[in-house]
Amino acid sequence: MSAVQTAGGDTPARSYGSKARPGAVRWRVRSVAGWLGAAPLLAFAAVVFGLVLGTMVYGALTTPESEPGGARLTGANMSASLHGPYLTSLIGSVKLSAVSALIATVAGLPIAHAVVTSRFRALREAVLAGSGVLANFGGVPLAFAFVATLGNAGVLTSRFHLLGHGWSLYGFWGLTLVYLYFLIPLMVLTLTPALEGLRRQWQEAARNNGANTFRYWTHIALPILMPSLLGGFVLLFGSAFSAYATAAAMVGSSVPLVTMQIADALSGNVLVGQGNVALALGVDMVLVAGLVVAVQVPLQRRSAKWLA
Amino acid sequence: MARLTTIRYGRAAVLLIAGAYFLIPLTCAIAFSIGAGVPGQRIGIDAYTGIFSAGGFADSLVLTLKLAAATIALVLGLLVPALVTVRLAAPRLRTLVEIVCLLPLVVPAVALVAGVSAVLRWGSDHFVGTPVFQALVALQNPRFPLVLVLAYTLMALPLAYRTLDTGLAAIDLRLLVEAARACRAPWHRTLFQVVLPNLRGALLNTAFLTLALVLGEYSVAAILGYQPFAVWILAISGSQAQMSVAVSVLGLLVTWVLLLLIAAAGRARHPKETP
Repeated sequence: MSAVQTAGGDTPARSYGSKARPGAVRWRVRSVAGWLGAAPLLAFAAVVFGLVLGTMVYGALTTPESEPGGARLTGANMSASLHGPYLTSLIGSVKLSAVSALIATVAGLPIAHAVVTSRFRALREAVLAGSGVLANFGGVPLAFAFVATLGNAGVLTSRFHLLGHGWSLYGFWGLTLVYLYFLIPLMVLTLTPALEGLRRQWQEAARNNGANTFRYWTHIALPILMPSLLGGFVLLFGSAFSAYATAAAMVGSSVPLVTMQIADALSGNVLVGQGNVALALGVDMVLVAGLVVAVQVPLQRRSAKWLA
Repeated sequence: MARLTTIRYGRAAVLLIAGAYFLIPLTCAIAFSIGAGVPGQRIGIDAYTGIFSAGGFADSLVLTLKLAAATIALVLGLLVPALVTVRLAAPRLRTLVEIVCLLPLVVPAVALVAGVSAVLRWGSDHFVGTPVFQALVALQNPRFPLVLVLAYTLMALPLAYRTLDTGLAAIDLRLLVEAARACRAPWHRTLFQVVLPNLRGALLNTAFLTLALVLGEYSVAAILGYQPFAVWILAISGSQAQMSVAVSVLGLLVTWVLLLLIAAAGRARHPKETP
């Protein structure tokens, strides 16, 4: 009986994968029961994710309920999140993320290239495994490693008397230096498959046509790598943009960042009633992150197609 | 020939500079934690031996491990049935499940926690004296904050989905299940004795990655006011800088060993399969 209901699901079920056998007809019966397996995940996502995101958007678009008149629809929170100190923090976050992602992209390319073309297999494996580890390494331990190295009482700072030379880890460039520690490995991981896809024959063909190394890179390699580079840059940008723990453990609020503003507003470090502005800032962040994903996915697909 | 040497030197230089950048902070952190290189400190491993007797260490570590265990159980409990059925019975759900699992990527942790705290505040304003209120209080139980488990599960979904999906793609699930069913194995035996053992690698990977995420997670817990491991490290850094660096180094090593084990396990499997 259920076979009739789900007859429409038969075609995709059978054409799914190359391994489908004629016996797959039997699976029709199960396709209604099959939905049940996915139900907990979908329900969890709908309830938890939907509730969180829904409340955030609702709060961002309404006045606080404690106000006279209760919750009314308003654009004031969103517009407040784009003015004054909040705008400064958004711009600060974008600037820090863009600068560190750009530096990581420029630095990651030669490293990934050196690794891919290396004769030593062990070196390759070690660098790739290490990158996988370092790309996941952020947060408080990373901040402390750098504070112990280059902070005011750090090992290198006191050995080389860097404070006398005007060095401070607790500013924009210090934070950039720290962010690079997990961004560069992420870039190396992103670029390695693309660089492996560059055929040796292309370089030989270019050389036969009289191109030197510089022309090979500017006319052939870089254009082919461009989707991977851009996609990697955007990925790194998103990763730096949403980072909070490292900055919170290291610089406090001396560098204005949107994540810090949200945290401060939530813990009540600012005026009461700013909670809804924090939600509006959260919506801003989701929009930026959504934009990042929307840009990155097509680029990734393009790069996979070109270098397949 | 001269060109080739230039390239080789260039490559060596790049790798040397990168190596220095990545190794120096680690070396300095270890040096700092044993008191070397800091004026007025004597060298010793007091910072390490003192960890276990430090106030709050055991509590925060136990809390973190409990959270990690619950998160891993929830992630696997939600994802494994969903992905198995998507592959076996409901391929049309594949896109929906993929979108649902990757959606948390567009919500940074700090934005997520803003939403979570809004839900908690809103709920406790509106449902005083109802079972919903009780449930919200239970969610925020400081001894075992379930709300963190829910948030961590959302945050772990994208990576866990990719890992498990790759693992499922590597085995012929349909063939395995048909074979087991042909041998008259009931569904639960098919799942627990045929499918899951073949997915052991992917399940372990997912569990380890989730564990690493929970061990290092700071933002959500700190903003919601709980004190698992990462928050505790920051809390003691003011009074015991050396020990906080020592704990960071230890935590780092543990996480790295975990992740390197995954990497090694992932690489070791492939040559065995192709004779």
